[in-house]
Amino acid sequence: MNSADPYAGERLKLSPFHPRQRELNIRDAWSAWNGYKFADYYYDAEYEYFCVRNTCGTYDICPMQKYEIRGNDAEAMLNRMVTRDVKKIKVNRVAYCVWCTDEGRMIDDGTIFRLANDRFMLTCGSPCNAWLEKSAFGFDEVQVADITDRLAALSLQGPTSFAVLQAMGLAGTESAKPFDILTLPFHDDTLMVSRTGFTGDLGYELWIKPDLALRLWDELYAAGGDYGIQPYGEAATNMARLEAAFIMPAMEFNEALRTVNFEHDQTPFELNLGWLVDFKKPHFSGRRALLEEKRRGPKYTLTKLDIEGNKPADGSYIYSNRRCTQEVGYVTSAMWSPAVKANIALAMIETKYLQGELWVEIYYEKELRQYSRVVKCTQKQKPFWTPARARATPPPNY
Amino acid sequence: MDRYDAIIIGAGHNGLVCAAYLAKNGQRVLVLEAAATAGGLGASREFHPGFRASIAHSVSHFSQAIADDLQLASFGFDPASDPIPTIGLGLDGNHIVIDGTKLLGAGSDDVAAYGRYCKSMHRFADVLKPFWLKTMPRIGSANFADLAAFGNIGLKLRRLGRKDMQEFLRVASLPARDLMDENFENEILKATLSWDGLLGAKMAPRSPNSAVLALLYRLSGEARGAHAIAAGGVNALISSLRGAAEAAGVRLRYNADVARILISESGDGLSATGVELRNGERVEADRVISSADPKTTFVNLVGVQYLDIGFTNRIRRLRCDGYVAKLHLALSELPLFDGLQQPDGRLIIAPDMDAIEFAFDDAKYGESPKNPVMEIVLPSLHDPSVAPDGQHVLSAHVMYVPLKLQGGWTDAARDQMCERTIDIIARYAPRIREQITGQEFLTPADIERQYRVTGGHWHHTEFAVDQMLMMRPTYGAAQYQTPVPGLFLCGAGSHPGGDLVGGAGHNAAQVILG
Ligand SMILES: Cc1cc2nc3c(=O)[nH]c(=O)nc-3n(C[C@H](O)[C@H](O)[C@H](O)COP(=O)(O)OP(=O)(O)OC[C@H]3O[C@@H](n4cnc5c(N)ncnc54)[C@H](O)[C@@H]3O)c2cc1C
Repeated sequence: MNSADPYAGERLKLSPFHPRQRELNIRDAWSAWNGYKFADYYYDAEYEYFCVRNTCGTYDICPMQKYEIRGNDAEAMLNRMVTRDVKKIKVNRVAYCVWCTDEGRMIDDGTIFRLANDRFMLTCGSPCNAWLEKSAFGFDEVQVADITDRLAALSLQGPTSFAVLQAMGLAGTESAKPFDILTLPFHDDTLMVSRTGFTGDLGYELWIKPDLALRLWDELYAAGGDYGIQPYGEAATNMARLEAAFIMPAMEFNEALRTVNFEHDQTPFELNLGWLVDFKKPHFSGRRALLEEKRRGPKYTLTKLDIEGNKPADGSYIYSNRRCTQEVGYVTSAMWSPAVKANIALAMIETKYLQGELWVEIYYEKELRQYSRVVKCTQKQKPFWTPARARATPPPNY
Repeated sequence: MDRYDAIIIGAGHNGLVCAAYLAKNGQRVLVLEAAATAGGLGASREFHPGFRASIAHSVSHFSQAIADDLQLASFGFDPASDPIPTIGLGLDGNHIVIDGTKLLGAGSDDVAAYGRYCKSMHRFADVLKPFWLKTMPRIGSANFADLAAFGNIGLKLRRLGRKDMQEFLRVASLPARDLMDENFENEILKATLSWDGLLGAKMAPRSPNSAVLALLYRLSGEARGAHAIAAGGVNALISSLRGAAEAAGVRLRYNADVARILISESGDGLSATGVELRNGERVEADRVISSADPKTTFVNLVGVQYLDIGFTNRIRRLRCDGYVAKLHLALSELPLFDGLQQPDGRLIIAPDMDAIEFAFDDAKYGESPKNPVMEIVLPSLHDPSVAPDGQHVLSAHVMYVPLKLQGGWTDAARDQMCERTIDIIARYAPRIREQITGQEFLTPADIERQYRVTGGHWHHTEFAVDQMLMMRPTYGAAQYQTPVPGLFLCGAGSHPGGDLVGGAGHNAAQVILG
C-alpha cells in the first residue's frame, strides 16, 4: 500500500512546540486555530487560569498570523492601513492597532512591531493576506511576506514571568518597558522578546526560529520549574483577557470582511477603541467614515459591566429597566472572575441608554430546570484587572 | 506664481469642454496637456509626410447643446452635418447600405423588419436619453434632484406602457446576436447593425448583458445613433473647442506632462492644491480636474496613500484593456471599393456575426485575430487638409486586437497584424496596395503609450453595466467628485463615457459651478 497520506492536506499543522505540548496535554483537549492543532486546555482551564494570575504560564501563539512588511514604503503603507499613527512607533516598540474598511467597520485588530525604520511585523488573529495585498498595491517599495510558519512564538504571562526570564539568564529584560522589543543572543542565533501579551498582567512574548523552539521551551521550563510555570490554552486565555477587557473576534466584534448582514460588524468607536483612531493623521483608510461616526456618536458602545450575584451572564440581553420592557443591548462575554471576585461582562449597549440604569436577564440551569433572574449592572470605566506590576519597570522579581 | 481657480489635466475634447464652461463662468483656468497639441484621442497628427490622422475618426453624437453653449459654430464646427451612411461591405459588391431609417441592399422582409426595429429601438433609446448631460444620482441618495433623475427613468419607462416596458427590459439585456437573429435574415446586415453595440468594448455578439444596452445608449445620443463627419471632421471639432476655450480666457499649455497631483495634508484631512509637472515645476489652484483616465488619475497622479483601500481596489479592478487598433494609410488616390461609387460612409468589414465573434475569441486569449473585422472611414473626404491635394487618408478601427498579446507586441507582430488587415481590405478594394504610400498601425499598447490612456481603451475604462451611470467609473467617484476634496474627474472614464460627446466635460463643469 502507498504509505503517502492521502489526507495530508486536511490534517492540522503542528506547532514547533507541539512535541512538548503533546506530552503535557493530559486531557487531549485539542481544537484548531488557523489550521494549527491547538490546545483548549492541558489539564484544567481554571487551574491554568490561576497559574497565569498567580505564577506564570505559556500560551502557544504560533498559529497567530505574522507578516513581515519591509521596504522604504512600509511605513506609509501601514500608516494608510491602520488608524493609529505608525510614524510614532519607534524602532523596537510595539503598538496595538486596528484597521477598517472604507466604511470604518473594523476588519481586525493586531500588533505592529517596528523592527527597523523600514521593517515591521504585523500580527493578528486571522489571516489578512488579501487585505495586505490590497493595501500594498500602488506602493513601489514594499514587500509583504507571511512569516507565520517561519517564526515560532510563545507567550509567557503572569507575575513570575519576569523572574523566569531572569532565571534563564536573559540579560536586559529588566529594563524592558511595556511594548518594548529586545533582541537577545540565543545559541548563536537570536531570541526576540517583547513585553506584550493578552492577559492584562505582567508578561512577555518570545519569538524564535522554529528549529530553536524546543530548545527555548526546555530552557524556559527548566528555569520556570520553581516559578510554577504551566502551559495554558484557549479557555484560560479567554478568561484572562476578559478580566483585562480585551476584545475577541467572533465575541466582541465580527470581522468586517466576513460580515454579511449590514452593520453587524463594528466600528472602533463602538468597541471603545476611539483612542486608536488618530484624526491628526491626514489620511488613513476609513478616515472619512470614522470622522462621521465620531461626529454622530457610535450607535453601540462596548461596556464593562459588574453584575450583581454570581451567575455568569453569557448570551444575555441588557434592558434599561427591571421589568425588561426596553431591550438596549447584549452581553458579548461574561464570567465569574476569581481574581476580581466579581461577576463581570462585556456588553454592546446602545450608546443612548448608557446614561440610565442597566439590567440584565440571566438564564441559568439547575438540575435540568431553567431559571432566570433579572439583576442590576454597574458600568466600569477601567478594565477589571489592572495590576500595577503590569506596568512597573523593572518588574517585580517574585 | 500664477494662481488659478482650476487646473485641468489634459486637453482632450472633454478637458477643453470643461475648461471652456468654467472660464465662461469667470474662472481662471489652466489646461495642462502632455502632448504637443490639443485633442487627446481626437488630436490629429502626421503619420506620414503630408498625411494626418486622429485616433477617433468620426463624430457621432457631439452634443448640439454644448456646441450652442460654447458657440462652436463661430469657431468652425457645426455638429448638425448630414449623417454619413454606414455600409456593410459584401465581397461580391453586394453591400448593405444603412442611411438613417433607409435600408438598401437587403431583402424586402429585412427592409420591413428594419422599419419596425428602428421604431422600437428609438423608443427604447429615449428612455436613456435624459442621462447624457446629467450628473448621475448617488447610490442611496435621498437628495431630491437625485431622486428626480431616477424618477425620470421610471416615468419614461412607465410611459412606454406595460408591454413595451417588458420588451425594453428584455431587449436591453440581450446579447446583440439574439436581437439581430430575432429581427433579420441578412448576415451582413446583422453584423453591421450590431457594430455600434460592440465598438470599443470587450464584447462580441454573443457576450451577454451589455451589447444591446450599449447600442441603445449610443442610439439615445442627440444624433440618435447616426454617424456624421462634420465639415472639417474631428479636426474642426478639436480646433473649435480650443478656440472657444481660449476665447473664454482659458490658458492652454502643451508639453506639460503632469507627474502628480499635489495634495495638502493637515489635521482637517486632504485637499488637492495643484500639480507638479514632470520637470519639477509646480502650479497651484483651488481645484484640480483630471481628464486623464481614472486609473492614471488615482494610482499614478494622486497616489494610493491618499485613498481608501477599498476604493483603490475598485479603481485597480476597472477593466481598461483596449481591443481596438488603428490602421492609417496614406493613399496616392481615392481607393475604389468594388460596387461602391464613393467610399464616403462608414464602411464595415464584418461578413457575419460569427466573423466578429471569432476575431474576439482570438483576442480574448491574447492572440491577434486571424481575420480582423473593422470600420473604415476616409477622413480626407471631409477634411481635405489631412492629405496632399488629390491624395487620401484611410482610417480603420480594427477589432479585436488585444492590448496584451501573448509574447508581447514586437515590431514583427505589429507588422504582421498590419499586413493582415491590409490584405482583408484588399479583398474589397483590390487596388489598395498599389495606392499605399505610407502606413501606420497602432495597437492598443501603442495607443496607451502615445496617448496616455490606460490600456489604450476607447472609453478610458470599459463601458459595461457595472461601470455605467452612477457606477462610472466606480462609486465614490461617480459624480465627478472624488474622495479627495478639490479633485474632480472630467474625462471619458466618467459618465456618460467615451466617444466624442463632451458630456463628461460638460457635467463636471456643472458640478463644479454648483
Ligand atoms: C482606437 C480608438 C478609436 C476611437 N474612435 C472614435 C470615433 O471614431 N468616434 C468617437 O466619437 N470616439 C472614438 N473613440 C473614443 C474617443 O476618442 C474617446 O472616448 C475620447 O476621445 C475621450 O476624450 P477625453 O477628452 O475624455 O480623453 P482623451 O481624448 O484621452 O484626452 C485626455 C488627454 O489627457 C492628456 N493627459 C493624460 N495624462 C496626462 C498627464 N499626466 N499630464 C498631462 N496631460 C495628460 C492626454 O495626453 C490627452 O490629451 C476612439 C477611441 C479609440 C481608443
